[in-house]
Amino acid sequence: MSIEIVSVNKQFGSFTALNDVNLTVPSGELTALLGPSGSGKTTLLRIIAGLETPDAGSIRFDGEETTDRHVRERQVGFVFQHYALFRHMTVEENVAFGLTVKPRKERPSKKEVRERVHELLRLVQLEGLADRFPSQLSGGQRQRVALARALAVEPKVLLLDEPFGALDAKVRVELRRWLRRLHDEIHVTSVFVTHDQEEALEVADRIVVMNKGRIEQVGTPAEVYDQPANPFVFDFLGSVNLFHCRSEQGQARAAAPELSMGYVRSHDIEVERRQSDGAVEAEVRHIQAVGPAVRVELLVRGTGKTVEAELSRDGAERLALGLGETVYARPRKMQTFVADYQI
Amino acid sequence: MSGTSAKSVRTRTEPAPVRWLLIIVAFLFLGLFLFVPLAAVFAQALEKGWDAYLVAIREPDALAAVKLTLITAAVSVPVNLVFGVVAAWAIAKFEFRGKQLLITLIDLPFSVSPVISGLIYVLLFGLQGWLGPWLQAHDIKIIFAVPGIVLATVFVTFPFVARELIPLMEAQGKDEEEAAITLGASGFQTFWRVTIPNIKWGLLYGVILCNARAMGEFGAVSVVSGHIRGATNTIPLHVEILYNEYNYAAAFAVASLLALLALVTLVVKSFVEWRMRETS
Repeated sequence: MSIEIVSVNKQFGSFTALNDVNLTVPSGELTALLGPSGSGKTTLLRIIAGLETPDAGSIRFDGEETTDRHVRERQVGFVFQHYALFRHMTVEENVAFGLTVKPRKERPSKKEVRERVHELLRLVQLEGLADRFPSQLSGGQRQRVALARALAVEPKVLLLDEPFGALDAKVRVELRRWLRRLHDEIHVTSVFVTHDQEEALEVADRIVVMNKGRIEQVGTPAEVYDQPANPFVFDFLGSVNLFHCRSEQGQARAAAPELSMGYVRSHDIEVERRQSDGAVEAEVRHIQAVGPAVRVELLVRGTGKTVEAELSRDGAERLALGLGETVYARPRKMQTFVADYQI
Repeated sequence: MSGTSAKSVRTRTEPAPVRWLLIIVAFLFLGLFLFVPLAAVFAQALEKGWDAYLVAIREPDALAAVKLTLITAAVSVPVNLVFGVVAAWAIAKFEFRGKQLLITLIDLPFSVSPVISGLIYVLLFGLQGWLGPWLQAHDIKIIFAVPGIVLATVFVTFPFVARELIPLMEAQGKDEEEAAITLGASGFQTFWRVTIPNIKWGLLYGVILCNARAMGEFGAVSVVSGHIRGATNTIPLHVEILYNEYNYAAAFAVASLLALLALVTLVVKSFVEWRMRETS
């Protein structure tokens, strides 16, 4: 089912959580709402669910006006950041809850409920844990129970609020890959909120980048990463270095000669021993190995500005850099924006 | 390894003599001010023997007092149970104007002397009070009658349940309720199947304290009761009357009923506290 969000506004006291937001979530896709805290992404998710009411604007499910429909009737599955499992119920009772609260006429028999619950527990790989209580499960297991519980009522839309936010790093990565595979299996229209760009880039079909209650850009992971619409998106989706654009970047000069800045990702900076076209002279200030990469902090001569280059381990070993040495940094790929945004 | 940890414990806490001194002082104090009087109540009650004790508590006025106390508790505890849950729900789950005022008002009976609480009702419903003439014209008796006693008791005991539930429900947040609603549960189903199971031990704890106070309240009830023997005397008031008549054995015999209630309350309370720790 597709979701349309039309001119939605939401105010909390004097704080504007959402400012004229328009968005269409296509049917069957996995969409990420990505943004820093306070960007309005969770509010938007809760408005889609019906847990909050927009001050203005409307929500349509498959073109049908849904704004005034109660949460209960929207048939959404909502997965909460802190799972919100019913603590006094077993895993089985938690998953069955949505089925057992149905009106008597629609309610499946006890046997059907049992079968459905066990089918779902198989799907989330928690079959053996049906009789456990939430307090006896790990974070990752709780999150999967929450997911099974939301799926039990066969929702038309699955909404997940920071689904991996409360997990430790390794479990996070495992679980988000698993979620991606699950989505490929069941194809329910899904929206998840995250502040982690890596998570959004890895899992989502489409990314909606939000900032200060507005949508900055909507696109596939490749689009938002490679062609960011503005400096905010560029900055939010990865490391950033600023270069003044008076160098020989023809395109940049044409766009806005004096005011524009060149945005370069750390891994798009080439560090060389010899001067070459478009390179700036810099001094090595700091070298740090981070996992598979080596981060080198460079002080650009004559400007007092620092840039950060990310080299591969091999590359760094070949250069054999030492602190205080002079090198030449050349942006391989640069993007320019009119300078209305400061980092 | 064990040597260093023992040493670090020693450096972190007070020296043994200080610890023991503090513990002994605490126990002596409690013994002197709580245990000795409690023992004295039972000793005095049984001073003239078991038969005299039974006669004293079977005496018609005493039985009437017990009955009235039970009626009062039977009305005020359920009323405050409902009020407490409603108020705690409103405060913990909703944002609204005047929330702080509501919290302050709930605490009012704790900060006001019970005698004043009773006087308020006399001023409202008494013969010279605001509603007195109207009530008299319609032949409704509140002051110096059972309704007044119940009203005063409800007023004095209404913070107990609410006070117990507000922090508990605030700590639990509203995620589980929201989850229930998104899964299609109605308001009542959410309340009955999600909220109540989560707060039941806290609720029971509040009810026990509320009940203990309802049965033991003296000040507020004393003002509105009129001390009519066999009609408007609760157990605490009856004890006072017997005592003022120098009928010590009977006074202590009836008082021992309240003391027993206190002991039962303590045991149940400890059990509930233990359960609350287990479940949380």
